[in-house]
Amino acid sequence: MALLSVENVAKRFGGLSALEAVSLSVNAGEVYGLIGPNGAGKTTLFNCMTGLYTVSDGAIRLDGVPIQNRKPHVIVGRGFARTFQNIRQFANMTALENVMVGRHVRTRTGVLGAVLRDRRSRAEEQVIRDRSRELMEFVGLKNRGRTLAGHLAYGDQRRLEIARALATDPKLLALDEPVAGMNPNERREMGELFLKLRASGITLLLIEHDVKLVMGVCDRVAVLDYGKKIAEGVPDEVRRDPAVIEAYLGGAPS
Amino acid sequence: MRNGPEWLRRHPGFAYGLLAALLAVLPFIVGAGLGKGWVRVLDFALLYTMLALGLNIVVGYAGLLDLGYIAFYALGAYLFAWLSSPQFGLHLPFWLVLPLGAMLAGSFGALLGAPTLRLRGDYLAIVTLGFGEIIRIFMNNLDQPVNITNGPQGINLIDPISIGGFSLGTPHTLLGVHVFPPTLYYYLFLAFTLFTIFVAMRLQDSRIGRAWAAIREDEIAAAAMGINTRNVKLLAFAMGATFGGLAGGLFAAFQGFISPESFNLMESVMILCMIVLGGMGNIPGVILGAVLLTVLPEALRYLGDWQRAALGHVVVDPNDLRMLVFGLAMVAMMLFRPAGFLPSRQRRREFRAEDGVAEQEQASLYDAQA
Ligand SMILES: Nc1ncnc2c1ncn2[C@@H]1O[C@H](COP(=O)(O)OP(=O)(O)O)[C@@H](O)[C@H]1O
Ligand SMILES: [Mg+2]
Repeated sequence: MALLSVENVAKRFGGLSALEAVSLSVNAGEVYGLIGPNGAGKTTLFNCMTGLYTVSDGAIRLDGVPIQNRKPHVIVGRGFARTFQNIRQFANMTALENVMVGRHVRTRTGVLGAVLRDRRSRAEEQVIRDRSRELMEFVGLKNRGRTLAGHLAYGDQRRLEIARALATDPKLLALDEPVAGMNPNERREMGELFLKLRASGITLLLIEHDVKLVMGVCDRVAVLDYGKKIAEGVPDEVRRDPAVIEAYLGGAPS
Repeated sequence: MRNGPEWLRRHPGFAYGLLAALLAVLPFIVGAGLGKGWVRVLDFALLYTMLALGLNIVVGYAGLLDLGYIAFYALGAYLFAWLSSPQFGLHLPFWLVLPLGAMLAGSFGALLGAPTLRLRGDYLAIVTLGFGEIIRIFMNNLDQPVNITNGPQGINLIDPISIGGFSLGTPHTLLGVHVFPPTLYYYLFLAFTLFTIFVAMRLQDSRIGRAWAAIREDEIAAAAMGINTRNVKLLAFAMGATFGGLAGGLFAAFQGFISPESFNLMESVMILCMIVLGGMGNIPGVILGAVLLTVLPEALRYLGDWQRAALGHVVVDPNDLRMLVFGLAMVAMMLFRPAGFLPSRQRRREFRAEDGVAEQEQASLYDAQA
């Protein structure tokens, strides 16, 4: 059974049909790429999957359980985390605090525990801190914990968002254009991070423009154009698909 | 001693001891130096500190602008009056009534917060303002058909707080020193204020405090990171209101009399000003703001005396002048220290005109607006 299955999902904004009968399925353990020209509906699909938008039609299942139109925090609780195309950090909190927020969904301390600081709450707080430090190191932000998120370099902010999403213990991690605005060197490093993520057992769903990167790291890709899926398959196949060349690569195969 | 403050910083135990000693004798110094009336001002400074710290949870921590906060102060005060006065012939002990008032206010905090969950900024402010006024108007009119609040006359003869037979409402002679009620209440209020500070500090630095901060920074990202924004916001409203209710009960017992007039919009605005002036989100700043804005208007009452002394008669009504000076002070403040006297770590950064951050916030709006 697929880890994530999207079945005939449609999303309309008034008269505009941003997604039309989109279906795809992501298997556990793979890196799945979602590509398509600007405005194709990729981010909209992410927003539908993660509960930020309600879908107009269709179903989305995670591990067979419907998650469409559920609250974002419920979906995160089920093990599906994401990052944003336009970085959305808690800019005035430190980098470490950002990641610690990600642990919220896996921890329990309430008002009473926070005020009394009993043994259990103290222990939990320590675990949150330790795990968050670990994740900072994992994404390559060791020793940046005390820096304000808003003051981090652009590439580091992208990494921080990944660490924060990882803190929710996701099975499936969706990254919306994670290398946008990065130089080739940073892109390569990010590519390595994706492979490291996959090696740690996390399934990746990746929106990306960089065809070379997509071809390099993705097991399978789907192509969206004007809200419709026009192709799906292994990268080499999709690259040669005439519809894709027409719509996306603009007739210039790479 | 040269380098006094530096020495104190290295010996925090001594610094706290000094502060404790100062707070312990403060009402006597103030009473002797400035007159007995000023001990009451001190009491109110403590009540307003509690209120400001409570509202700071909602506005400073969670970033939810609440202009009806005084309603919770009113609820705490009225509950105390109902359960501890001749109004219904009930005279329950304060240790029962105060927590009940805090709980009632807390529940109303969540109740009134619920319909505002989807609102932000200006809209949230307007709706909370409305709720605040509704509570006051209820209190004003619930004398018919059944007399619950005694209408605009208010409720009188509220029991003073009495701890094991020791009433704070009557003068006592302790160790040969004559102590009058405002001084007795001072110590009670001080204890509750310290309790409030303690809770506010611990909440801020906790899983819950981080969730509030995340919502303040970016609600959509907070939700997408697994925070149940509805519950966490309601919790902020409820926690803030709880402290409002607690302060309200103390106020009722201290005054012995309450009426709807004490809970008007101006009070909500004043408490908000305390937070903004002192430094939103920062506990020492909020305390400073509350003390300053309680003491300053009182001090400005002397403007009438000064005019009489200098010119022989009062030229401008000190009350008018008071508000004028007060308004000018607020404007000057916003011009020269927009983040407050003691801004929080976060605020200071926000107001340092971080073009990067502002740009990002603009750009990110497109990404997800459900
Ligand atoms: N909240 C919204 N309201 C109206 N239209 C939207 C909204 N979000 C996205 N769209 C529209 O949906 C289409 C797809 O956008 P998007 O999903 O961001 O594309 P992509 O991420 O593939 O570049 C665009 O035409 C965009 O203008
Ligand atoms: Mg996009």
